[in-house]
Formats: sequence, structure tokens, C-alpha cells
Amino acid sequence: MELELRGITKRFPGVVANDDVNLTVRGGEVLALVGENGAGKSTLMNILYGLYKADEGEILVDGQPVKFTSPHDAIAAGIGMVHQHFMLVPVFTVTENVVLGVEPTTSFGRIDIGSARTRVAELSREFGLHLDPDAMTEDLAVGIQQRIEIVKVLFRDAKIVVFDEPTAVLTPQEIEDFFRIVETLTAAGCGVVFITHKLKEAIRIADRIVVLRRGKTVGEADPKTATQEALAEMMVGRPVDLEVDKAPPQLGDVTLRVAHLTVTDANGRAHVSDVSFEVRAGEIVGIAGIQGNGQSELVETLVGLHRAAAGTVALNGEDITTATPRARHRLGIAHIPEDRQRDGMVKDFTITENLALTSYYAPPLSHGINMQWDTARSEAERLVEAYDIRTPSTETSTGKLSGGNQQKVIVARELSRNVHLAIASQPTRGVDVGSIEYIHERLVDLRDKGVAVLVVSTELDEVMALSDRVLVMFGGRLVANLNRADTDHNDVGLYMAGAKGDFMPGDAPGDATPGERAS
Amino acid sequence: MSTPTEIYTDVQLAVGRSFEQVRRARNLGIIYLILAGVAAWVFTGHQGSATFNLDGGRSFGVAATPLAWIVAGTLAVLGGIQLARGLGRWQSAALAAAAVVFVFSLLAWAAAPRSFAFVGMLSQSITFSTPLIFGALAGIMCERSGVVNIAIEGMLLNGAFTSALVGSVTTFWVGVVAAMITSALFAWLLAWLAIRFKVDQVIIGFFINFFVAGLTAFLDNRVLSSNPGYNGVDTLKPLKVPLLHKIPILGPVLFTQTIFVYTAFALVAFLAWAFRSTRWGLRTRAVGEHPKAADTLGVNVNRMRYRNVIAAGAIAGFGGSWFTANVGRFREDITDGRGFIALAVVIVGRWSPVGALSGALVFGFFDALKDKLGFLKTGIPGEFIGMTPYIATIVVVAGFAGRTRAPKASGQPYESQ
Amino acid sequence: MTAAIAPQSQAPDDHLHESPWIHRLSSLRLTSLAVLTALVLGAFIVALSDIDKVKHGDIGGMLTTVKDSYVALAKGAFGSWRGWSETITAATPLMFAGIAVALGFKAGLFNIGATGQMLAGGMAAVWVGFRFDLPAPIHVTLALLAAIIVGGAFGGIVGLLKARTGAHEVITTIMLNYVAAGLALWLLKTSEFQRPGRGDPVSKDIHTSAKLPSLFGFLDRSTLEIRAHTGFLLALAAVVLFWWLMKRSKLGFEFRTFGANADAARYAGMNPGRLTIGAMFMAGAFAGLAGGSEILGGVTQNHATTGLAGNVGFDAIAVALLGRSSPWGTAAAALLFGALKAGGDQMQVDTGVPVDLVLVIRALIVLFVAAPALTRIIWRLKDKGTEGGTPLFRGWGS
Repeated sequence: MELELRGITKRFPGVVANDDVNLTVRGGEVLALVGENGAGKSTLMNILYGLYKADEGEILVDGQPVKFTSPHDAIAAGIGMVHQHFMLVPVFTVTENVVLGVEPTTSFGRIDIGSARTRVAELSREFGLHLDPDAMTEDLAVGIQQRIEIVKVLFRDAKIVVFDEPTAVLTPQEIEDFFRIVETLTAAGCGVVFITHKLKEAIRIADRIVVLRRGKTVGEADPKTATQEALAEMMVGRPVDLEVDKAPPQLGDVTLRVAHLTVTDANGRAHVSDVSFEVRAGEIVGIAGIQGNGQSELVETLVGLHRAAAGTVALNGEDITTATPRARHRLGIAHIPEDRQRDGMVKDFTITENLALTSYYAPPLSHGINMQWDTARSEAERLVEAYDIRTPSTETSTGKLSGGNQQKVIVARELSRNVHLAIASQPTRGVDVGSIEYIHERLVDLRDKGVAVLVVSTELDEVMALSDRVLVMFGGRLVANLNRADTDHNDVGLYMAGAKGDFMPGDAPGDATPGERAS
Repeated sequence: MSTPTEIYTDVQLAVGRSFEQVRRARNLGIIYLILAGVAAWVFTGHQGSATFNLDGGRSFGVAATPLAWIVAGTLAVLGGIQLARGLGRWQSAALAAAAVVFVFSLLAWAAAPRSFAFVGMLSQSITFSTPLIFGALAGIMCERSGVVNIAIEGMLLNGAFTSALVGSVTTFWVGVVAAMITSALFAWLLAWLAIRFKVDQVIIGFFINFFVAGLTAFLDNRVLSSNPGYNGVDTLKPLKVPLLHKIPILGPVLFTQTIFVYTAFALVAFLAWAFRSTRWGLRTRAVGEHPKAADTLGVNVNRMRYRNVIAAGAIAGFGGSWFTANVGRFREDITDGRGFIALAVVIVGRWSPVGALSGALVFGFFDALKDKLGFLKTGIPGEFIGMTPYIATIVVVAGFAGRTRAPKASGQPYESQ
Repeated sequence: MTAAIAPQSQAPDDHLHESPWIHRLSSLRLTSLAVLTALVLGAFIVALSDIDKVKHGDIGGMLTTVKDSYVALAKGAFGSWRGWSETITAATPLMFAGIAVALGFKAGLFNIGATGQMLAGGMAAVWVGFRFDLPAPIHVTLALLAAIIVGGAFGGIVGLLKARTGAHEVITTIMLNYVAAGLALWLLKTSEFQRPGRGDPVSKDIHTSAKLPSLFGFLDRSTLEIRAHTGFLLALAAVVLFWWLMKRSKLGFEFRTFGANADAARYAGMNPGRLTIGAMFMAGAFAGLAGGSEILGGVTQNHATTGLAGNVGFDAIAVALLGRSSPWGTAAAALLFGALKAGGDQMQVDTGVPVDLVLVIRALIVLFVAAPALTRIIWRLKDKGTEGGTPLFRGWGS
């Protein structure tokens, strides 16, 4: 099967998401589609999948023009998609999720769950996916959930499979497993479209690489000859410095001391187990780890949003284990939350109001029981200027800004205060390259001013670029505490996968090493 | 070889019960002890034995005071176990059993030393619960597909009015069909405004409630009151199910009821099966939990919602005609907030048809109990008995709030792009 | 270089620059059109329900009926001192209770319990009113305070339940309305409350010292028909207080943050439990004042019955929805609804068209205001308004 996108254009109010994009993929090959956040990759794939309607251009299957008005049409044409955010109903079993939309039925619309289960088990065996058809989806780990998505696609006899950022939630070792599944798929004659912004993965697996920038196809590259630097330049449109420039750290006293910290959830399950570490003034400590290994819970506990089950947290020698979030804020902890839309801001509020969100409670922003909105507004104007927030006015709704500018509002609010400890969780998630560089610079500035900085990121590259010291979390435990200078991507990747460190030795998956490519 | 994720799942083994669980278990234990206290202090106060009249002249007597002591003892033991180590997987069953014996003891105390119509009261409980079952099923149909239905009250009221008006002019069953159609039209309006224009579903729900309340009162005063021929239908007679109605106690309670009751039970059974085992059920649940996932798999989210909401309207319309059939005519505000109780029943019943049935039966029971205790001069003001189901609802909702799972997408409009 | 091109940044720049005044004007026009549409539909209902004329196909007669009804309605609301007085009298509890609902909405809470809170406040006020003998200004102040505290406590229970257990306020407020009705019925039959010699649930009369002065007392003290009382001034003060709370105070900022995004409020160090309880207490206090002012203003003939809250609690939801929970919007909506009520009563007296028509018109106004798209289709307007905003309902989770 051959699939062609010809002259696809899609406009959103104020933005051209896709501009005359051309693309072909054939059965048995892997096409990598690379581009930075907002380059229009996901829009393009949503058009291909019938979720969006293109304003111009056409889709051809085996040379014949087709019209997709809903995912139903795309599925019928043999196109399958594994979305970046999994499209799984948490309270369904694996089988129920797989058959949804193409349920085999007997009389009275009754689902023939038995035959469906058999087919799921067959596919799982055939492609080496190790899935229990009767498991409840919400009980499964992210990596397993991705396999449900793959079975969903296979169950529908897809000939072209689109993977949207499939490796974001996987360990380096799981990524190798994933690549093997991709190879099985192409060997079975399927065409694969692999959407990513991770260049080395594109080079590793693709037969051809197409680069998107600002909605346009700006070039095609041969993975055998292409370098990451060249691809990055094509992607961003200028030479990119992948490194962060910084001087050696000037270490001060211990600012944050965490000792034997354990955090449990409402069901009594431990998400953080017996974690101890220190962050000194003037250093950046990065916490690496695959999503869901306890980092979120750790950060929430450090800022007081979650109660510690055991252990202590101390700031500048003062025990703050049971302090409220407000008390910690007063003591000089700044927090850039991992989900800015959910926690970090109120979309319907103006920029002024969002900039006041965490320090509204004290002078100069409020006085007694009254808010001082005039002061807040002039302060907001100052921060908009100082932090290069692109907005028509401080009274604009924050929800109307781009992701990068929203994040700058949060960064400005949190880092403009007098802080002793800055905790930045996924500080650059979903942000354009320009804003990434800017935010990284501010974090390094802060370090150089003698602030203790804790960066938590699932992007290993980000942790490695920023940190003076690297901690790795796996299964709720701290499995490594390394000097940045003494380690490399490969090494940290092994810790992230639980393959190295004092964590349950012997249970480590042995054969999945990321190899030289990972460095 | 274990995968990293398997290892991860292993280390997440419980380190013990969380604060939350401990608190809930403690609260439940305290509730047991309070009930035991009430049984011991209050229910031991009436001497003599209560006579429970059954059907066909049969009856049995219960010595109120000894029963109260036994019940109090049992509840105290249960409370003790609950506080000490929890009842584990027996928790729900024990709670249900405790509630039943407690109420039985209450009845014995209230009736002693006289007699009262036990079977009559049970039968009446079921009668009273019927509109709640229909209302709750209408709510469940909507919410399971992701649309909040605050308009159950309006749809019931419309059903009552339309079946009275049309039923008077034509025949009763034509009136019922008209009630189903018009309530389905209101439901369509809810779906249309919610889906097409993304109007807040709660506002539309309240609009329907206000509109129907106003319009039916208006037409009642302006048209029906001066034209009695427009407002009078035959009350429905109970139908005896052959053979089954002869079973003692169960016969008169369950199998000597109107067609509305049988329909309600059948509908509960059908929907419980359909939600679990059919294509429609799977898709409805998917659309209510994660509409985007359903959409990406080619399920038409909004069409599912339209269908379910309209069907819900028809169910509520049918349930509404019960009010008219029960008394033979429409009067202003005849539903008296039953639609809101049905909404509570949806939540107390955790969005499941069988759960809603149980919830509705409990409400029906207390309605019937209020009527009976009024005759029995117990010294408890009738107002307090009247309040019991509402307070019980608050207790149940408060007790289960953290553990219930509403359909995730309930109340949120869905847009594919 | 930092210009983002993500598709989610859908807002074109010209939209960002749009003046708030233009927005407000277009919103005012839409609201007026919504009211007009509702009145037109109401006219159809009046005409079509005139059965005899419909049967004879007497279209002229039907039009006369509509004209007479609406003229009577307008006269009843604004045609005389008495009309104004009735409008104000009906608007007063709607304003208090409307704020009770609007404040809840602002804090992300759906207060369906204004009826119960109002009943609680009214019962407290009437008790203070007949139980004590005090100098007038002190007595009336104490009675109002009692209404605030008891109404607030009744609302506060809801907040407490939600904060401690996560019980959804929609359910608890509905249930507490019934509980309040039961309690009031019981209280009114106790010897403490019940008027001597009466078998039905009617309370004793409040003392004259507990009465709120008449608003138009300067006109003619003997005119009983002028019922408007100074509770209306308190209601206006409550609107100003609500405005100050939401726009100027720290607590209001916390309420608004919590209402728009509870996670962000937690993140920002606000205490969700305290805010939930606080918001529900204040909402209950405003609703309690609605009950208190009805009693002390003499609207209920100086005594309490179980019907003292009437439908105000539910009407208040319509008021808050129509006023989009803003202080001035709520006040305007309460006045409009008060006028409809006053006019509707007159209409029923003059023409025999039942006052319930007003309920239908109110419902339609709420619909057309909530669904501007519908109004635009009917009137073929082209302007694009900003739809949506924060939804009122955020699921049943806690």
C-alpha cells in the first residue's frame, strides 16, 4: 500500500498550521517526520486520520484520491494511529479497548467478547507484546498501555501505522523494544510514519526523514548520511546550540535537605520510597527518570501539596516537613509546576492576575483584606518587559497566549522573587525552541546568583544539559546520585531503566542496551 | 525476565492503609456504634409485642424490647470489629444487613404493642419508588454518555402533564406515548443545545425545569381548570402476575403491582445487561469516559449522545405519566421534586441501573414509612421521619464520595477539532 | 524567534485588542434581544392558550388578549407607586438569594440550597423578632444578624461536608432544602414558635421593634399597599459588598481562583477546604438575609410559615445565570424578575391570565441569554461573541 499527501494546507485562526505539505509513505518502510513543537506534525496527522479537514490538498491511497471525513474512513482505508496521549478508556479491559468501534457482535448487538479475546491474544503473541486481554487498562504501566494501542491498530488490519511521539514515555531500553516492534511491523509489510522531535531516534529507525518547519516541508534527509546538527538546523531554521553554556558552580551551603522521604497515595501505595538527597546553594541538581517513577509526587511533597508518610524535608536547616505550601512560599521556595495549564495558571485570568497568583497574599500586592491591583498591574508590566512575554497587554487573558509565553508568565512569577530554592518541573514541556533556550538561561542565571535549583525532567537531554549533579529516580527510589562530569547519557539511561544501581539487582533487563547511538 | 514496569508495580505494594482509608473505617465504625446506641436507648422503650400484618389475614408478632437488645448488641459488635480491624470484603454486606435489622427493630418499637400492615407498607414502598427508578434511569442514560441531566424533574413533570392532557382527550396509553414523545423532545433540545452550541448543560437542564414548571402550571390554571374534560384519566389497577402473586409476602409486594412497576424492573434488568454486554453499552461507556478515544476509533460521539439523551427523555416521560396514572389527574407541581431525588439516586446508585434501583427502593421505603408512622403515634415527630431519607442520602454521599466514580466526561461538551 | 506558531494559539491579534466596551455593548444587545425573544414567545403561549378564541379562529381576539396581558403586566410592574413598590418587594429577596447563588458560582460551587438557607435565616429572624423585647434599631439588627448566622451555618454545613468528605454540593444542597423544610415544619408546631390557639404551622408575630422600616414610608404611612421595605437598600448594599468582595478583596481573588481552577488555587497555597466552607457560609448568609428581610420587612405579614422561602431559592438560580454571576448583572436580573413577578400578579388580576406565564418567560430569558448562538440565529446577527467560559459544572468528582 502506498499513501500520499499532496499539497495539504490547514489554517487555524491566526495561524497556518500546514502549508502545502507533500508526503509519501510505502508499505515496508519507516518514514520519520521531524519538527519542533508546533511545527504542524500533529495537525498533519490528524488530517490524515480524518480528525481535521484540510483546507486544501488531497490524500491518495495507491494513487486514488480519497476523502476522510472521520477516523472511521481512515481506519477503513487501512490507516492506524497511535496517539501521543493514549486513546484508552481507563475503566475498560484490554480487549474492550481493542474492540471499541469494531466490535464483533452476535444477536441483539451483543458483543462476542470470547472471539475478540482470542484475537487479541493471537496478535499479542504474534508481535511479541505480552498482553493480558482481560487486564484492566488503568492498572497497567504506560509502556504496556502503548502496546494496547498497537494491538488496536493491528486488530483493524492497518497497512499504514502512524506513531505520534511514541518514545516520550519510554525508557531507553523500552525504546529499543519498541523499535523491534516497528521492525516486525515493516517486515509484515506495513508502512510506518514515525513522528518525533528526537533526532537521534529518527536517524536510528527511519528509512527516510522529512523535516517540517512552521507548517512547511523544508527538506528530506537520508538517515545514513544526516547528522543531528544538520537536522536540528533544518528544523529550527538557524544553527542551534544544543549545549547550555555555564561556568563551573560556586557551591554554597546546603539549602534543601531531604532525608528518608516516603510518600504514599490515598490507597496506601508508595510512590516515593526512602529518598534522601541534598541541594546546595549555587548548584543545579537534575532529577532524571521516566514519567511515573515518583518524581511528580516527590516535587508535590517538597512544595507541600502532598503529605509525607515518613522522613523529613529541611530548608536552610529548618524542618519544613509539615509546613503548608504558603509557609514554604514565604520561606523562599519557588515552584514551576509540571502541568502549567492544570496547576500553574488560571486560563481565564489576566496576565496581571496570574502574575499575582502566588504572592497576592502579602504586601505590596495586597494590604490587609484588600488587593492592590494598581501595584499588581505596574509590577506585571515590569515583568512582561523583563521576561520578554509577548502579549498585547497585561490585561489579556493568559489562555490566549502561546505555550511558550504562558510558561514565561509562570517563570517570571516564580523566579522574580527573592528565592532560596527553585524547583522546576518539566520547565520546557511543549515549549518552542526559543523559549526553551530562554528558560534554561534564566535557570542558570539563578544558579549563578547562588540559588539552589532543582530541575525535574523526563527529557534526559534537558537534565544532562542543565545539571551539575544528576539524580535518577526509578520505582519511587533514588537509584543514582552522580556528578554530571562523571556520567553520560548511556550511564544515566541504564539507571533510568532500573538496570543499574542498588535497585533489585538481578531483575534488570540484560539484553536491551542503548549502545553508542544513545550518547 | 521481568520488565522494568513489572518491577515498578511490585515496589508499589501497599505499605499499609492510607490516612484516608483509616479515617473512613473509623467513621463507619462510629456509625455502627451510634445506631447501636439508638437501638438500646430508644427502641427498648415500648413494652409488648408488635404485630406485623401480612397478606390474607396472616400476621406475626415480635417482642419489641428483646429484639432491640439483640439488634443493639449485634450492631455494637459489628462496630467494634470495624473499629478494631475492619470488616474487609464483608463491609458492604454487613452495612446493608445492619441497616435492615435496625429498621426492623424501629418498626417493632413503633408498632408495639399494636399491629400494622407490614406487607401493605412494603408494597407501597415499591409504588413510591417507581417514578424514582424511571427518573434515575433517565439520568444514568444521559450521564453514562457524558451529558449531565439536571432536567429529570422537568421531564417527569412534562410526562405527567402531557399524559393527563392527551390521555383525557384520547385514551390513557396514547397519552403515555405523547408524554414519551414530548419529553424526548425536551431531551433532544438538551442534547442539541449542549452539542451544537455547547451551552452549559446545567443551564439547559434548569431551563427545562423552569420552563416545564411554568408552562404546566400556566396551562393547568388557564386551560385545564376551566375544562375538566382535559384533566382526568382512569387510575391504573394493579395487575396480578399469574401464580407468582400467590407467594406469601412476595406475591402482594412484588407481583400485584401496576404495569409501571413491572416496566421499571424490566428496564433496570435490560439496561444493566445492555451496558455490560452490548455494542451500544460499550460505546456509551466509552463516550462518557473518554470521548476522544471513542472518536479516534470511528465512534460518532455526538450521535451516541443524541440517541442516549433522547431515549432518556422518553424514559422520563414514561415515568412522568406514572404520577397522573397514580391519582387520575394532573395538578400543579405534582412531581414535587422527585426528579431531584432521582438525581441523587443516580449518584447514590453509582451510575448503575441496579444501584439506582436499590437507591430508589430505599427512598420509596422511607416515603411509605413516613405514611405509616404517622398513624402509629410513636412520639417521633413525622417531620423527622420525613427527613430521614434526605439525611441518609447526605450520609451516603459523604461516606462514599471519594470512592464513587462518575463518568469522567459527564457535563463536558465534545468537539473533535 | 520566540513567536509561537502552535495551533493552540488560536487567537488572532485583532481579537486580543478588542475593546472591552465593544464587548459589553454587544453583550447588552444580546441580553435585550433575549428578553424580547422570550416576551414574543410568551405572547404566543398566551394567544394559543386562549382556547375559546383559538377554537373560533379569532385571531384579532387573540391579539387583544396578548395586548391586554402585556399592558397589565407593564402597569403592574411600573405603572404606579404601588407597581414600583411591588417590583422592589419581589426583587429584594431575589437580589440577596441571587448573590448567594452567584457567589457560589464564582467559587466553583453550585448552590441549589438557597431555599433551605433562606428558610433557616427566616426562622432565625422570626424567633429573634418575637422572642425578645429590645429597642428598635438593636432589635432589627440582631434579627438580621441571626438570619446571617443561621443561614450561613446552613450553607456552611454544605461546605464542611464537601471539604471533609467530598460530598457533591448539588446533592447535599438539594437534600438540605428538604431537611430545612422538615425542621421548619416541626419548629412551627412547637410551643416556642407556634402562635397560641393555632393548629397549623404558623409562628407568632414579630414585635414592631424588629421591623424594617417601610421604604416609601414618607409617602403615606397609612397606605398598606406600599409594601416595599428598607430591606431593598440592604440588598443594594449586599450587591456593592459582593462587588467589593470579588473585585477588590483578597478573599474574592481566592474565591475566583478556586472557582476557575481548583488545582491552581492549591498550587498557589490557598486552602481549598477553608475556601469551600467560607464560600458556602457566605452564600448561606446572603440567602439567610433573603429570608430575614422577608420576615422583618413584613412581606410575610410579620410571621413565618413553611412557605416563607417560596420559590425564591430556585428563581435565584435563574437570576444568577441571567446576571452571569456578576454583581451588577445579578442586581439587574433580580430587578427584572421582580418586575415580571409584580406585573404578572397584576396581569392575573386584570385579565385572568395566570401569573405562571412569568415563570415561562423567565425560563426563556435564561435560555436565550445562556445560548447567544440561538438568539443570533433568530435575529440573524453576524457578530461573533465570546462563548463558553468556565463551565458551571465540573463533573461529579470532588
